[in-house]
Amino acid sequence: MSVGIVGYGAYIPRRRIRLGEIAAVWGADAAAYERGLELHEKSVPGADEDTITMSVTAARRALARAGIDPLSIGAVYVGSESHPYAVKPSGTVVAEALGATPAVHCADLEFACKAGSEGMFIAAALVKSGEVTHALAVGADTSQGAPGDALEYSAAAGAAAYIFGAADLVATLDAQVSFMTDTPDFWRREYMHYPRHAGRFTGEPAYFKTTFGATRMLLEKTGLQPKDFAHAVFHQPNGKFPMRAGKQLGFTQEQLETGWLSPWLGNTYSGASPIGLTAVLDKARPGDRIFMVSYGSGAGSDGFVWTVTDRIDEVRDAAPRTRDQLDNGKMYITYGVYAKLRGKIRMGE
Amino acid sequence: MRDVAIVGIGLSRWGEVWDASLRTLWTEAALAALDDAGIDHVDSITVGSMAPGLFVGQEHLGGLLAGELGMAGVPATRVESACASGGVALRTGFAEIAAGLADIVLATGVEKMTDVSGDDCTAALAAAADAELEVFHGATFPALYAMMARAHMARWGTTREQLAMVAVKNHRHGSLNPHAQFRQQITVKDVLSSAKVADPLNILDCSPITDGAAAVVLADMETARKLAHGRPLIRIAGVGQASDHIALQSRPDMAAIPATTAAAQRAFKMAGKTPADVHVAEVHDCFTIAEIMVLEALGLCPAGEGGRQAESGRTALGGALPVNPSGGLKSKGHPVGATGVAQAVEIVTQLRGAAGKRQVANARVGLTQNMGGTGASSVVHILEVAP
Amino acid sequence: MSTLNPARTAREYPARYRLEAARCEACGAVSFPARLVCPACRGRKFAAVTLAPEGKVLTWTVIHVGPPSHKHDVPYALAVIELGGGVRVTCQIADVDPAKVEAGMAVKLEFRRIQQDGEAGVIAYGHKAVPA
Repeated sequence: MSVGIVGYGAYIPRRRIRLGEIAAVWGADAAAYERGLELHEKSVPGADEDTITMSVTAARRALARAGIDPLSIGAVYVGSESHPYAVKPSGTVVAEALGATPAVHCADLEFACKAGSEGMFIAAALVKSGEVTHALAVGADTSQGAPGDALEYSAAAGAAAYIFGAADLVATLDAQVSFMTDTPDFWRREYMHYPRHAGRFTGEPAYFKTTFGATRMLLEKTGLQPKDFAHAVFHQPNGKFPMRAGKQLGFTQEQLETGWLSPWLGNTYSGASPIGLTAVLDKARPGDRIFMVSYGSGAGSDGFVWTVTDRIDEVRDAAPRTRDQLDNGKMYITYGVYAKLRGKIRMGE
Repeated sequence: MRDVAIVGIGLSRWGEVWDASLRTLWTEAALAALDDAGIDHVDSITVGSMAPGLFVGQEHLGGLLAGELGMAGVPATRVESACASGGVALRTGFAEIAAGLADIVLATGVEKMTDVSGDDCTAALAAAADAELEVFHGATFPALYAMMARAHMARWGTTREQLAMVAVKNHRHGSLNPHAQFRQQITVKDVLSSAKVADPLNILDCSPITDGAAAVVLADMETARKLAHGRPLIRIAGVGQASDHIALQSRPDMAAIPATTAAAQRAFKMAGKTPADVHVAEVHDCFTIAEIMVLEALGLCPAGEGGRQAESGRTALGGALPVNPSGGLKSKGHPVGATGVAQAVEIVTQLRGAAGKRQVANARVGLTQNMGGTGASSVVHILEVAP
Repeated sequence: MSTLNPARTAREYPARYRLEAARCEACGAVSFPARLVCPACRGRKFAAVTLAPEGKVLTWTVIHVGPPSHKHDVPYALAVIELGGGVRVTCQIADVDPAKVEAGMAVKLEFRRIQQDGEAGVIAYGHKAVPA
């Protein structure tokens, strides 16, 4: 039985802050950051946006493209490291808003930036097992870096949603793998507002080692080469890492560019590679093969191989395209407004 | 149905009355009205109050206030219709006498608004809007009236300056009223440059937060004639009340207040009069746009002409139809539950010819219009000097 | 003073989360949220319908002094919006320069956080309009 994606959707908030605006506050060299991280601006959620609202909008867009009855959705997984409630699921709100309750399995997932692809992995497997007709997986985050920390330049907001099924696919899932080790490169302890990271240890021994591991696993499992793919999407914590990893693995700039959003979006954490894949599906042609590897600190990568079907041309315009959201209707904000929106200002009672 | 007259009137101190509680304010007004009527007993008490539970944590005002007045034992009832609570308390008293349930009723209204923070006051007032359809989404009363103003501007070409002229006129009237909360005169420029509250309404388009109480003594005509003390006897010639959906969105024409129109039609019909018979009116100018829309709803000007009334001077003292000679809610102040009764106090004062510098010459028929929310509770009284 | 009691919040989910409304079987008028009596004809039988999330601004304001629940969101636009079929809703217009709002402006409804009961209480979600 062939399983895969029957509908997909992305949501990117309209607010943006430029790197230079952040750098000016902390006396940092903006040009050096922009060059070093290949990062120019990032999305910022409004005061009325959070992982749940972005997940609902992305999921509704996936539903619009899927054209299915929401009651046929048997599982809802929301992956995020910024669930609005520490206890009480995001997924229940998403399922309720879609009209998928009550015969639905629901779980909130967390695995740093991998929580979104994690849900996709589980959702696909659940459909393949025959337990459910359709399964929804969402990756969404409104992540925060500590003020002045390197992560503050990249931590952004966005969501992507995928509905998996076994019929009317827009992309088949040809293979999926997972590569995981215990690697303490980035974490946030309970009750802490901001995460901590291990500096340069987050690079080679974490992101690159894990991404390469999953990539090799996936190529070995499928017997395919980088040249066999029309597009490749990697986790994008900044602009630089995914390009460097992809090229080292043998992918070309052209293969990587369509899903490479981070220079103007920032790192949407659980949303990062899933949103990248939506941008690829917006452009892909029937028959295109797509390579995707996520990464979550801690650390692990999920890898997927997709093949786009003819149906992509029918559903593409049923919801807003990702690049359009990235490029249009942007509202630039100052650091002061950013600090207010992100709860960085100590308020009176 | 028996005829009813107003034989006594009283107001408490009015404004930010830091040293008076709700019960003290109310008792001041009640005693003033009883003294004005020259009586020391009543058969029944009605109390209009919008939100004492939210403002001072006190419900059950009927018994509380009868006790304060040393009249425990007298039937005493609180009525609530948001900012129309006072007007409805007056109508309730009227109905008790008309029906023969009582011969003398003390009809009152009270609100103590400054014992809570500005935030809590805003939230308490907002309870008169639709909690689920409006307030949940961040609506405030200035915002709802601002949306009515926008609708009126779009439909009739009413201008921002015309709104301001209502405030200017009412402050000029209030400057002549020793009882008004704000007695300073203002200009159109002052209004236009005052702080924005809910566009297009600025702070000087809004009535203030006020502590105060008002009371009138009502009596059947036979009793009333004995209590006239040589003063003109003021009869309540017509009473009308109507309701509407409280959410503004439910109103087909958001540039109109149909409940006020319905209430006015009932009151005019009962009085056997028409809008042309009115010499002076006290209307519910909680916001400048409200006076404009209310004049249209009452039939005191044609639909769409409300904006021109203050501008032309017609509704100013000395004009053909002075409106809000007291200064209105805008300048005199707006202790919400007291307002409807205070309007009647002003009209009685005018019809008695006792309004001093703000006296409307030869006023023999007066009208009060009091409303709650965006007009979903509207009550109109027509008063006249009894022959 | 928050009015966000959890039971009260949850009870409104059909309308707030899913825009569920009721069409009167007698006269066809759509009530949102659903209710027991049709305000147009007093009919008591209804069929469930879902509102289309697109509409236009009928009237609006820009709030500069907000209630406690939205005190720090000012300035924000609030509007009465007419959705398809003539159904009206009152809600905020988000993600817009408030000075650019005008009557007739095309909007669509998006799922947003509307209020929260402080930092520790429930979060109430619903819809706001955004420029279409």
